Amino acid sequence: MSEEHLLPPAEPGRPPVIGPGHTFASVTDKISSIVLTQPTSRRWLLGLAITGTLVLILHIAIAYLLVEGVGIWGVNVPIAWGFAIINFVWWIGIGHAGTLISAILLLLKQSWRTSINRFAEAMTIFAVMCAGIFPLIHMGRPWYFYWLLPYPNTMGLSPQWRSPLVWDVFAVTTYLTISLLFWYVGLIPDMATLRDRSQSRVGRVIYGILAMGWRGSARHWHRYEKAYLILAALATPLVVSVHTVVSFDFAVSILPGWHSTIFPPYFVAGALFAGFAMVLTLAIPVRYFYGLEDFITMRHLENMAKILLATGLLVVYGYGIEGFMAWYSGNPYEVYGALNKLFGPYGWLYYLLLLCNLVIPQVLWFKKMRTNLVVLFVVALAVNIGMWLERFIIVVVSLHRTELPGNWNMYYPTIWDWATFIGTIGLFVFLLLLFVRFLPMISIFEMRTLLPEAQVKEGNGAEQSQAAPAQAEAKGGAS
Amino acid sequence: MNPEPLYGLMAEFESPTALVEATHRAREAGYRQMDAYSPFPIEELTEALGVRPTRLPLLILIGGLIGGFGGFFMQWYLAVIDYPLDIGGRPQNSWPMFIPITFEMTVLFAGLTAVFGMLALNGLPMPYHPVFNVPRFALATRDRFFLCIEATDPLFDREKTKRFLQELHPREVSEVEP
Repeated sequence: MSEEHLLPPAEPGRPPVIGPGHTFASVTDKISSIVLTQPTSRRWLLGLAITGTLVLILHIAIAYLLVEGVGIWGVNVPIAWGFAIINFVWWIGIGHAGTLISAILLLLKQSWRTSINRFAEAMTIFAVMCAGIFPLIHMGRPWYFYWLLPYPNTMGLSPQWRSPLVWDVFAVTTYLTISLLFWYVGLIPDMATLRDRSQSRVGRVIYGILAMGWRGSARHWHRYEKAYLILAALATPLVVSVHTVVSFDFAVSILPGWHSTIFPPYFVAGALFAGFAMVLTLAIPVRYFYGLEDFITMRHLENMAKILLATGLLVVYGYGIEGFMAWYSGNPYEVYGALNKLFGPYGWLYYLLLLCNLVIPQVLWFKKMRTNLVVLFVVALAVNIGMWLERFIIVVVSLHRTELPGNWNMYYPTIWDWATFIGTIGLFVFLLLLFVRFLPMISIFEMRTLLPEAQVKEGNGAEQSQAAPAQAEAKGGAS
Repeated sequence: MNPEPLYGLMAEFESPTALVEATHRAREAGYRQMDAYSPFPIEELTEALGVRPTRLPLLILIGGLIGGFGGFFMQWYLAVIDYPLDIGGRPQNSWPMFIPITFEMTVLFAGLTAVFGMLALNGLPMPYHPVFNVPRFALATRDRFFLCIEATDPLFDREKTKRFLQELHPREVSEVEP
């Protein structure tokens, strides 16, 4: 890990990943000032008030649900999954871009990830929290959620290990735990910076507790980097496994439109697509409001736009394969399911989906569009909507007309469905607002390593270093 | 000799290059009980201090194996021994269906070992450490680089070590109260 930290920050012929003229001190002061010294802005308070109201709406929606039961939602038979599962899959997918940026791009030594990884990881955690709400409240009796876990009991109750729904419990809780740990480990050195820079006693105590006595010792950094790199290596297959398991919830059933081997890769690609769209949706305004153009440069946004385009094409390939396999299977129910998607009562949603996920992202082929913030923001919003529609189509359109026409039904979300969904969007933004105000939204210590001064220059030190290891061996090291 | 013993002597440097060079020089002079502090990880510094490779990866491997085997055993025991369900005579030990949770438990236990193992080996959380007695040490988390030779080193001598550190062209040498 330390190796790629010490890569030269600017590859020749490419725009730099950090604005010119910065030093260790200026990077530290600029990022920590957002938390420590800048006055709380009106806009931030207004944002907190609006999203706080949405959080209250979420509370009311959930409280009423607990009193009345899931009958307040639009779910019915056969569409038993409705908004709860659509939103669960949508939120989980959004979280995946955070892990991709923080873990996979770290392993691929993409140093440009440094200024967006902290933010993206926070987004992951909050998105997974929002996602976790839905299966819990969809259970009908959420207070028995612990029945999902294997624990000794006198009720003759045990999880069914062969069910993807049980796999989901393990996958999502592991994902949340590992994401939280990864985020916190990354925060420890920056908490120490805030502890040492804070002017208020409260700040020093709180950041001091969170920093756990971090003092930047070389021996500590050595273990720290090992732990961080191995966590990244663990998180990489984990993120793939999580959305694969989510897709198994569908693919392992025998419902036409769900029973398909393309689902795992198609879901993972869709998750990254949705996630990068959300990172862009958030990064563009945050960068503008907090004046972080030096750290989140056009190169970052352009790189993310390219990933958005690439993952979007993978998702569209998934749509194509779904249609092809339905036709190639020769199964009349599969064929009907595919045609129903296009020409059934929800057909208009499918065309909207194609507009959002297939047509609009194609503008990203052009550099002019990728570097235009307004265009990029609109494309990202369109993809957010498109991916939500995709989940709606997978869940509702497949369920509403199954093999027996006697079972056919329509699904209409109620006001409580919408209140819960919008409430979680409020919760997500509410938590992000608290995050940007109270924690450093850019990893300060990793930004320092991007500066040219961070390189140890070859010189006298290098000559002497040849003697030192030999000595170290002779005396058995000094640890 | 002062009546009060010291934790060590600390030199402050302005660049990572100066710190790495000073660490090399101190090691050549025979000092072993020392530590270097920097605001970001410096690979050359780990080498200069002669830090031995950490045991952490081995611990993480063990943690992951415990998680993996434990996770599989949990499912196998419940599905085969404790709570067998006969569904059309299908095999009880349907191991391919146990793989996803086995994988998740491997990652979970390895990840927990990575984080808590790193903290434990580093001796964190540590509410008090003598180096924080140096007021300028607050800059170790901003833009300054420190080398501390500890009093436990057999070669440590308040005056001689101080003179030695001053030869390394530090910005300042301070005494670290215990």
